[in-house]
Amino acid sequence: MARLIIGRRAVSETPPSPDEKVVRLEPADDPGKVAGELAGATRVEVNFPKFGDGRGFSIGRLLRERYGYKGELRAVGQITRDHLFFLESCGFDAFELREGEDAEEAIAAFGDFSESYQASPARPQPLFRRR
Amino acid sequence: MYLYDAIDQRLVDERVRQFRGQTDRFLAGKLTEEEFRALRLRNGLYIQRYAPMLRIAIPYGLLSTKQLRKLAQIARKYDRAYGHFSTRQNLQLNWPRLEQVPDILAELASVQMHAIQTSGNSFRNTTTDQFAGVAADEIVDSFVWCEILRQWSTFHPEFSYLPRKFKFAVNGARRDRAAVGVHDIGLHAVKNERNEVGFQVLVGGGLGRTPIVGTVIREFLPWPHLLTYVEAILRVYNRFGRRDNIHKARIKILVKERGAERFRAEVEAEWAHLKNGPATLTQQEVDRVAARFTHPDYEQLHDLDLAKLGSFPGFAAWLKRNVHPHKVRGYAAVTLSLKKTGVPPGDVTSDQMEAIADLADRYSFGELRVTHEQNLVLADVRQDKLVELWREARALGLATPNIGLLTNIISCPGGDFCALANAKSIPVAEAIQRRFDDLDYLFDIGELDLNISGCMNACGHHHVGHIGILGVDKNGEEWYQIQVGGNQAPAALGKVLGPSFARAEVPDVIENLIECYLERRDSDAERFIDVVQRIGIEPFKEKVYGKADHRSPRRQRDAAVA
Repeated sequence: MARLIIGRRAVSETPPSPDEKVVRLEPADDPGKVAGELAGATRVEVNFPKFGDGRGFSIGRLLRERYGYKGELRAVGQITRDHLFFLESCGFDAFELREGEDAEEAIAAFGDFSESYQASPARPQPLFRRR
Repeated sequence: MYLYDAIDQRLVDERVRQFRGQTDRFLAGKLTEEEFRALRLRNGLYIQRYAPMLRIAIPYGLLSTKQLRKLAQIARKYDRAYGHFSTRQNLQLNWPRLEQVPDILAELASVQMHAIQTSGNSFRNTTTDQFAGVAADEIVDSFVWCEILRQWSTFHPEFSYLPRKFKFAVNGARRDRAAVGVHDIGLHAVKNERNEVGFQVLVGGGLGRTPIVGTVIREFLPWPHLLTYVEAILRVYNRFGRRDNIHKARIKILVKERGAERFRAEVEAEWAHLKNGPATLTQQEVDRVAARFTHPDYEQLHDLDLAKLGSFPGFAAWLKRNVHPHKVRGYAAVTLSLKKTGVPPGDVTSDQMEAIADLADRYSFGELRVTHEQNLVLADVRQDKLVELWREARALGLATPNIGLLTNIISCPGGDFCALANAKSIPVAEAIQRRFDDLDYLFDIGELDLNISGCMNACGHHHVGHIGILGVDKNGEEWYQIQVGGNQAPAALGKVLGPSFARAEVPDVIENLIECYLERRDSDAERFIDVVQRIGIEPFKEKVYGKADHRSPRRQRDAAVA
């Protein structure tokens, strides 16, 4: 059962290659501290240690909107299908689901909502500027 | 009423579908209790003492009669044919069945309603002045700003997993009727010297186990910056608010621990990045939202001398307490009291809801408002129809002339329903209402807010009652702590009088407090709270505890150890 979603597709995990450079952030970390490493990173991982710990959502937005990170942004930890829509809105494009979650099944959650009121990395203009 | 456009409707429909899927997954054993809990709470569904409880959002307390009739039907079909209006201006159903909740939500969506984020660690219903849009002292129509905030706070991708729940209050008039000082964020509309509209921003107020009055962190925020500024506050809170202890997770603790100055500096630093960004509000958007509100088609009338409308027994008292001035000539706002003795405060039956909807259709342009004091308001009543309305409301048991008086008690559902409660609230409210059922006496006592909470979570806002009653648990028994001197606006927190009392003693204690007040007041014009503020709580304490001969030995022992 695949647990990894990249670009809205379930993928089987690939073994880490020796030259990949992964920047990992914990919820309490300041994304500004790693701003200098972003350009050379293979991917950035943000850890969500608990289902209800929402700090990583702010980190995602900051990485995309303030620090201009364009590469793979992966949410890891206690990620369930119920987080996916909001995570993607906040700029995440890769998701390592927690144990027991089925990536194939979870992909449907990207379609939970068809629109958002707010500005976010996924929709840089808030709805009121597009209405 | 704000009328949904196609997108507003679609999002609510999508939420119903999402929750139906989540409920199915739970019932199929694919989600644990714990996981489903976090999801159902985002839809207002609690598992209570005896049954689930569903909290239905009534954004900023504004309801159409079509919606109220739907609520009546839902309560009849899925529950026990009654509902409870809460202090967040929402409606709670106490006996729905879990597996039917998706159907209830679908019915709500058919009248542009929902239960989105009425619980859980996200934005709750924004509350406001029940006289928004009709008050003579209006600065802005706060409903428009509440709706702008409703949209911004609905499914906010960054802030859907906050450390704890988050409550906004908006006040659009000169006088604060929204208690902005006891909310996570309070927004008070103001105009600057150039007559431009902005908001005074208060942050970190709240009741609960650590009651704190909010701090002003910005005196004047020009309205275009409203969303970027609150986004900056929320980002600081989301990143740095405490998540290690549920009792220290509200923003008030963050503000307190950091100090207002440091907190303000962090918000300003964050805002520097967001200010003038895409979330900056435009006049076009404010106009668009305002235009989606229906407005009463007022007739050209003259103000009447209300005292000359008629001299029917009881009418004058109702006029004095339940009828309020209106900014349009010839109209008045009317409060229908849900505080009749013997009825749990805020409760209405399905039959009453339908009757109220009929009243609102005939007397008030088909709209009504829920107040944070758990009453209903018909905001646009012709003055020449007041007598007629009074007669009909009285026949329905909705004309108790007690708005602003001691028996207009704010109360949570308490131990009769709530799993969190330490003690019952409703029987205490009723015992007090029975003790003070003499209308002349009640009017003589004058304005007095009495609030009851069944536990320290303070859903009954006991800290800001002029008299506050808090249910406490002592070795498995229900006791009641009495506070004096709280106030909604300007916000002040009550002080605990002393050791707590058994339930049967509470009416006597209240009577003692009232006697003390009546003995000490300078004139009828000096209200209970004015006297407390003038002379302090000592004389009240003495009146209540001083009579040593009245204390039973047990009472004294409890007093010694409490």
